[in-house]
Amino acid sequence: MGSIIFLVVLVVVVGWLIGAYNGLISLKNQTLNAFKQIDVQLKRRHDLIPNLVNAVKGAMEFERSTLEAVIQARNQAVKVNATGPEGIKQISQAENALSSALQRLMVVVEQYPQLKATGNIGQLQEELTSTENKVAFARQLYNDTATQFNTKQQQFPTNMVAGLAKAQPADLWEIEDQAEKAVPQVDLSMKPKV
Amino acid sequence: MSDDTSRNLFQQQEANRRRTVLLVIGFVAFFAWLGFGGDYLYYLSTRDAPNTAYHHIFPWFGIALTAIALLTAWYAYATGPEKVLWSTGARAIVDPTDPQERQLVNVVEEMAIASGVPRPRIWIVDDPDPNAFATGTDPLHAHVAVTRGLLELCSREELQAVVGHELGHVKNLDVRLMTMLAALVGAVALMHDGATRVLRGGTNLGGGGGGGSRGGGKKGGAGPLLAILLVVWVLSWILAPIITQILALAVSRKREYLADAMSAQFTRNPLSLASALQKIEGAVAPTAAIKRGAAHLCITDPLGRRLTAREGLFADALATHPPMAKRIAILRGMGYAQLKKEGGTVA
Repeated sequence: MGSIIFLVVLVVVVGWLIGAYNGLISLKNQTLNAFKQIDVQLKRRHDLIPNLVNAVKGAMEFERSTLEAVIQARNQAVKVNATGPEGIKQISQAENALSSALQRLMVVVEQYPQLKATGNIGQLQEELTSTENKVAFARQLYNDTATQFNTKQQQFPTNMVAGLAKAQPADLWEIEDQAEKAVPQVDLSMKPKV
Repeated sequence: MSDDTSRNLFQQQEANRRRTVLLVIGFVAFFAWLGFGGDYLYYLSTRDAPNTAYHHIFPWFGIALTAIALLTAWYAYATGPEKVLWSTGARAIVDPTDPQERQLVNVVEEMAIASGVPRPRIWIVDDPDPNAFATGTDPLHAHVAVTRGLLELCSREELQAVVGHELGHVKNLDVRLMTMLAALVGAVALMHDGATRVLRGGTNLGGGGGGGSRGGGKKGGAGPLLAILLVVWVLSWILAPIITQILALAVSRKREYLADAMSAQFTRNPLSLASALQKIEGAVAPTAAIKRGAAHLCITDPLGRRLTAREGLFADALATHPPMAKRIAILRGMGYAQLKKEGGTVA
């Protein structure tokens, strides 16, 4: 009788171990995948910016400094060759700088109605809005998944398996620039507000 | 996504898988009942016939109807999404031509990233009434369709919220269950119409059976049993389309609240879905392009039925969608809670 109870307990414990381990591994891979998604979207953004700058350059001669800030921030961001969630601090700093530079540019573009009137700019604006949103949503998904992963590996009793699954707390993607936090969201939608 | 919501998501996915299987089993069993029941009635009615007359022994009807049901279910699973889209006259956006379509494609891509599902195929229904629906069998084979009216009416944020709602349906596998249901409801309606003609011949046959057993004094127990069986069998023929309709209605209401919540989770902006729903609600015209069969797939009742506006036992049983006012109120509540947490003010 005693051995049967022992066996049952053993099966339950081993079953739980397998479940907890696999759960952690699955979350770890989801976190990595979510991070890859951010990378993809950042690359898209880097490719879009030269087009944007070319499109507005002619009409905005006297806003040269704003344009140059964007180009510089973009080049800085491309240069960062950190990969994986470990390099997240470095990447996010460069990308956040680029985000604020782009936001300043879009504010300036808003002030030139003749620029907005040409269809080309409207289209580019839409692309830029979308790209910024994609980056933001990819970041949101990464942060959500990483938070879930971190919570799981720190919670009792799953934390006992965390070492076995080589689970390390993943860094969250934070907006560090206080100024950017304060800046209200620029409305780039093509539709009038109702 | 907190741990709690992800657990709910898995539960919801599991429940939807299970319900789809149950739906198919129920569908096939129902047809088997119709077929084999008919066989049995026919068997009883020919049992006392003279030796030279026809005796119905081999259950042809049962086997044939079960086979038809299996084929239909398989066909519905394989082509259900196409059929639903076809019935609404939607056209796929492959290469977006105008800024509106471009924006829609962008918004869907953004929401696909936010929800972590692959980008679904995007369709437009050329209808001036604002509405949207999702269909498909799983996130890899999903379709999102919006009407032209929705693109005209909604701001970018509102469109995003509506698409988020639809991708919520995709992510928790609501689309599989609801598309299957749409396809099977359509199949039952079609078969019912066709079979009613056959049934008219069958009632004579059944009536003859009843008379025959009453005449035979030896089998006293078979008389009432046969009569009850006959009544139930005929009733199931008559009620089949009504039952499937009620099923379609009952299955879709609760999940609208859930999809609303998922949209809020993806966009982090419940207020934009609230204002989108309000605009959609304000457009009173029914969506002409979307017929009864696909009504339960839409974000709002395309038939513009008054029932949807009410809550209560009767409306609960017959409306495909929960009351819009309640959905908006819940979303507003989420939005204000969020604003309060962030220290903002309520506009």
